[in-house]
Amino acid sequence: MDFLAHLINGISLGSIYAIIALGYTMVYGIAKMLNFAHGDVIMVGGYVIFIAVSNMGLPPVLSVILAMILCTILGITIEKIAYKPLRNAASSLAVLITAIGVSYLLQNAALLIFGSNPKTFTSVVSLASIKLFDGRITISGETIVAIISCLIIMAGLILFINKTKAGQAMLAVSEDKGAAQLMGINVNATISLTFAIGSALAAVAGALLCSAYPQLTPYTGSMPGIKAFVAAVFGGIGSIPGAFIGGIILGIIEILSKAYISSKLSDAIVFAVLIIVLLVKPTGILGKKMQEKV
Amino acid sequence: MKKFNLSKTTKDNLWTYGIVLVIALITGILLLTGNLSSLMEGLLVPICSYVILAVSLNLTVGILGELSLGHAGFMCVGAFTSAFFSKLTENVITVDIVRFILAIIIGAAFAGLMGILIGMPVLRLKGDYLAIVTLAFGEIIKNVINVLYIGIDSKGIHFSMKDSMALGLEPDGKIIIKGAQGITGTPKDSSFLIGVILIFITLFIVLNLIHSRDGRAIMAIRDNLIAAESVGINITKYKMMAFSISAALAGVAGVLYAHNLNSLMATPKNFGYNMSIMILVYVVLGGIGNIKGSVIAAVVLTVLPEVLRGMNNYRMLIYAIVLIVIMLFSWSPKCLEWREVFMEKYIRPRFAKKTSEEGK
Amino acid sequence: MALLETKNLSISFGGLRAVDGFNIKIEQGQLYGLIGPNGAGKTTIFNLLTGVYRPSEGKIFLDGEDITGKKTIDINKAGVARTFQNIRLFKKLSVKDNVKVGLHNSYHYSTLCGIFRLPHYYKVEAQMNERAMELLKVFDLDGDAETTAENLPYGKQRKLEIARALATNPKLLLLDEPAAGMNPNETIELMNTIRFVRDKFQMTILLIEHDMKLVSGICEELTVLNFGKVLTQGKTGEVLNNPEVIKAYLGE
Repeated sequence: MDFLAHLINGISLGSIYAIIALGYTMVYGIAKMLNFAHGDVIMVGGYVIFIAVSNMGLPPVLSVILAMILCTILGITIEKIAYKPLRNAASSLAVLITAIGVSYLLQNAALLIFGSNPKTFTSVVSLASIKLFDGRITISGETIVAIISCLIIMAGLILFINKTKAGQAMLAVSEDKGAAQLMGINVNATISLTFAIGSALAAVAGALLCSAYPQLTPYTGSMPGIKAFVAAVFGGIGSIPGAFIGGIILGIIEILSKAYISSKLSDAIVFAVLIIVLLVKPTGILGKKMQEKV
Repeated sequence: MKKFNLSKTTKDNLWTYGIVLVIALITGILLLTGNLSSLMEGLLVPICSYVILAVSLNLTVGILGELSLGHAGFMCVGAFTSAFFSKLTENVITVDIVRFILAIIIGAAFAGLMGILIGMPVLRLKGDYLAIVTLAFGEIIKNVINVLYIGIDSKGIHFSMKDSMALGLEPDGKIIIKGAQGITGTPKDSSFLIGVILIFITLFIVLNLIHSRDGRAIMAIRDNLIAAESVGINITKYKMMAFSISAALAGVAGVLYAHNLNSLMATPKNFGYNMSIMILVYVVLGGIGNIKGSVIAAVVLTVLPEVLRGMNNYRMLIYAIVLIVIMLFSWSPKCLEWREVFMEKYIRPRFAKKTSEEGK
Repeated sequence: MALLETKNLSISFGGLRAVDGFNIKIEQGQLYGLIGPNGAGKTTIFNLLTGVYRPSEGKIFLDGEDITGKKTIDINKAGVARTFQNIRLFKKLSVKDNVKVGLHNSYHYSTLCGIFRLPHYYKVEAQMNERAMELLKVFDLDGDAETTAENLPYGKQRKLEIARALATNPKLLLLDEPAAGMNPNETIELMNTIRFVRDKFQMTILLIEHDMKLVSGICEELTVLNFGKVLTQGKTGEVLNNPEVIKAYLGE
């Protein structure tokens, strides 16, 4: 019974990772960059919701929407100011370092505004918890909402990419920017759109993450961001189902190793599994095989 | 003038050594005349280790051309193995310098060994995949050290991954590594002078390696792996060589760092991925593959937040903005174009004039 | 005994048979041409000969030694060097260092010797420099020795690739479209250089080329490839007048 409860918790945490990883993977697929600041957008989303709910008294749903809008604007702005000028830089490391700079910027701005003391986050989920097996397993409302949101977002993204023109444009840009441009696709707009979607997802992830673990600090987003990136790589970076699978597996491994092995070593175990997966399959579970043409 | 007709690389290397020497001398004079704030004084040894870290990481990133985000992990290995050794032999080897030299060798050897162990499976991955795996390894090293308990008694050395009780020490035993509390009371063998000497040794090794047969092979792999293979370069051998030397030098930085601290703990701040990223920032900002640049960037970026200390809470914010602006300025193709135009218009004509006058 | 001989060399990618039953015999010192329309499988054959791909079937013999399925690096050590259709230089290294990388396996000193700059280091480096300059002189590149390779003009980059390949001291030199992108004057100069290399180093050269003037000018024998199969083989003059070859090139 315990195992089932842990498993469900794992899937729930995994769903949050998956939502973050979806943002990571889309941005990587299109802009071919590791957006290190992605985790900090989650944190910004968390603070926006915190203020909206606690200080302005907005209803939770409205606060989440507000956070999504603000994070979208933030994401697009970051891309335009910090990343776009470096898109054709001589080294792809340049934009990575800039992303790290943006990450520092967001963290320290939050530190300045909100201080380093953790804020206690009021859950945005009002769903009552469910008891199964005569009350031997309790599933919290947050858990249910996280899993359902993740499934909806996944399905929505797949539909969006396969069925809409903008989604097809994304696919085209991720394959070959130059060719996409020649076919009349607005590459800049497509990249902006990707950052917009990724950042809006980060806001949702922020809401879910802070509802499940209600301590909000300027560094809240950093570790989940890294882990979600691991999840994205795990599943095969650039692949949307890959990010989903990677996130879920990562969440399950983390919760199970916390429960059965050691809470202090859980991160090490998560990373060790990633390494093993990559050694067996160097481009992740669903990643495409790449070979350089001679 | 013919006597001073040195080759371009020799000149460049001399510049690098010279810059370190000048910075060290100025700092030394400030230190001796008491013109250094106690905060800056406390930073001297860490700066030396950051310089070593940046130079050694540049060997992986700039010369081998592989992105590593786990450099702090190797530093961590060097720090803990050497601090363990120093604690263990504190009463056996009483000559500090001998013990410290041995500690450096042990730290470098273990970090280098870890580099080989990690490099063997990992170096066949490419680009961002390699980056994420090195990050993962760095985190694993930090995590494992945080749950590691090692004690010693009359019966020998005891290990545990649980707690200090599980060591089952005799009454005469003492705990050396105490989980998350790490190692306390490491002999304070590091000093600014030793730090500077170690920087010189690091530079000597890295610069001479680069300009040798092996260094050329490593750079050939970086520039074109397929072509390197086609002229008979052993890819695995040279990738491993660069990676493990880089790791061993990071271990040396760890030894220096550890022997400057009373209590050595593996926190996310000093040995986590944040540290690895900070070192990478030095390398990229100083110029990928540019050793001299790594040195300067490491010094400037460590001192900068301290100089900005007057601005209190704003300092890290300003640091972040400076970082972004410098990156945009030095890497954006548009900015580079403007700079080129600017140079052509204003700077070069003056120099040209000067030299032509001298020519007369 | 032929210097290079392949027997029934074949490779498939998925269902596609990119090279099918390729047989060739090249004698020591020969200048041999491999021609055919785009996509005929010429570069694939080079990749098979140099171990980039493993053949699905067939054997490759170099100077009587079976080198089938060996790794690229070992095939190079056995005596096969090549250039690439899309130039692959060590871009950030100097022209001289590019050649010195080619000399890597002919001159030795240990890593420690290199780091500590023992006398042996200076001796061997001096020998390498001398040899590198000799090779660069052959290609008229000695004036550019300190230039960064990526800053060389296109034609010189192609020549540098040949110099680098020669530096590995091969028995067989494979040139993949050496004249691609050159103007007629450069091509003529290149033809002379290739002939010179053959004569000076007693080199055996197999080259892929589209420029018919170059092919008819310097190649003694030709193999024509079409759809992965050998269309015809023989003396250059005869092959080029073969109606089937003309058909393959010009269509019907």
